[in-house]
Amino acid sequence: MALLEVKGLKAYYRQTEALHGIDFSLDEGSITTILGANGAGKTTTLRAICRMIRTEGEIRFDGQDITGLSTERVVSRGIAHVPEGRGTFVRQSVIENLQLGAYTRRNKAEIAADIERVYGYFPRLRERHAQQAGTLSGGEQQMLAIGRALMLRPKLMLLDEPSFGLAPLIVQEIYGIMARIRDAEGTSMLLVEQNANIALNLADHAYLLETGAVVMSGESAIIRDDENVRRSYLGY
Amino acid sequence: MDLFLQLTFAGLAIGSIYSCVALAVVMIYQATDHFNFAQGEMAMFSTFIAWTMLGLGLPIWVAFFLAVAISFVAGVLIERIVVRPVENAPVLNQIIVFIGLLVIFNSVAGWIWEYTIKPFPSLFPKSFGFETTLISAHNIGVIGLTLIVLAMVFAFFRFTRVGLAMRAAAANPDSARLVGISVGWMLALGWGLAAAIGAVGGVLVAPIVYLEPNMMSGVLLYGFAGALLGGVSSPGGAVLGGLVVGVLENWVGQYVPGGAELKLTFALVLIVGVLMFKPAGLFGRIVVKRV
Ligand SMILES: Nc1ncnc2c1ncn2[C@@H]1O[C@H](COP(=O)(O)OP(=O)(O)O)[C@@H](O)[C@H]1O
Ligand SMILES: [Mg+2]
Repeated sequence: MALLEVKGLKAYYRQTEALHGIDFSLDEGSITTILGANGAGKTTTLRAICRMIRTEGEIRFDGQDITGLSTERVVSRGIAHVPEGRGTFVRQSVIENLQLGAYTRRNKAEIAADIERVYGYFPRLRERHAQQAGTLSGGEQQMLAIGRALMLRPKLMLLDEPSFGLAPLIVQEIYGIMARIRDAEGTSMLLVEQNANIALNLADHAYLLETGAVVMSGESAIIRDDENVRRSYLGY
Repeated sequence: MDLFLQLTFAGLAIGSIYSCVALAVVMIYQATDHFNFAQGEMAMFSTFIAWTMLGLGLPIWVAFFLAVAISFVAGVLIERIVVRPVENAPVLNQIIVFIGLLVIFNSVAGWIWEYTIKPFPSLFPKSFGFETTLISAHNIGVIGLTLIVLAMVFAFFRFTRVGLAMRAAAANPDSARLVGISVGWMLALGWGLAAAIGAVGGVLVAPIVYLEPNMMSGVLLYGFAGALLGGVSSPGGAVLGGLVVGVLENWVGQYVPGGAELKLTFALVLIVGVLMFKPAGLFGRIVVKRV
């Protein structure tokens, strides 16, 4: 059964329809990527799942309709959103950011162990644990955002352009760690990217989004190797 | 020299009450970007509730704790019922709501308890077991109790899960929701806490200024001055600002010719001066941020 199933999803900014009824689904333990140019509706899709904007259509998570829930209820069901712009709590310390990620959990010993686990993936966060998070570099803030999401012990992670604005080497590093997280934790991921190449290498499934509509979907490997798709939609 | 010390200690005592008000104002400002102009009247109302319970024969400390607890609940309810509906309304509408609250509390208090001034007893004994002419027993108690209350508030924000969540919700509501924090409830909790802190200030100041519906107007103005002086982005700064304002007020009243009559003017001068020359206040932080 699909972990996340979206049917006929429309999303609105005031009166403007930004998503025109999209369908997609994501299997447990898999990574699915939604690719598209700037303004295609990728961020909007993730916001819709987290109930941050007005929508129509069906969103089922773990078999249950979540469209009637508030954002914080969706989160406590196990969806961790690494938002566009990283959403850092800039005045809080690195460790406080991680503690905030575990806000819905109560067991202090488990939380402390999970902070150690996050430091295992991102040793740089351990070095900087007492530092004000706003003073971290862009790459470190992206790591912190992923670490904060992990602190929820999510069933599903939504990642909004984790490569955005980062140097290629840092992007490589972060994607390497995302692969390790998938292998070690079995966390399902819905990954939104403009950087199609790197996302297709990580993901199992891909959807192409163009001005608020899905124009193509399939196995990542097939999409990656399709000459026509590459030329018309991915531009490389 | 004795006079100077007396003025200074009395200034610290009244200043610690300003600190309570300043902290209450800053807490809500940080979460909402608005000054709650009704903070003083809410504290006045809390003090009348304590006074009513005294009249029913309750011991003063019981009346005090009950009034603080009732104020907390009332603060939460006011946020939920009155403030929340205008959360996304234009600034002017929100200010009107705050001023409306101020007027309502003032006139309801006047209607229930009348505008005559009433003596209010001190929470503290006549003497702490030693004699001094430098500071009254009430003022010693005021300084001690506010220090305890403020330390508890800071420990709550610094060391507890909910305290951290309240800071996060105030600073970055979108991200806070995405880690599962109910931002609306954090706001309501903030109003509750602010109302409770204000109630402490009200009960402590009432023996000094006497109880009446307008008793907090001067205190609120000084509290604002303290908050602005310390920096509205810094709760610790607001507390220090309140203390500084209290001491300065007493010095100005004694040593500046005509100062006694001009005390409230002094608060205004301070407010305008800070806004003109150091808008972030003495301790206001500029957020460190790298893009
Ligand atoms: N806050 C907003 N208000 C109004 N329109 C918006 C807002 N955010 C995005 N949009 C519009 O919705 C569409 C999809 O945007 P978005 O989901 O951010 O695209 P992407 O993340 O793929 O770059 C765009 O046309 C964009 O202009
Ligand atoms: Mg986007």
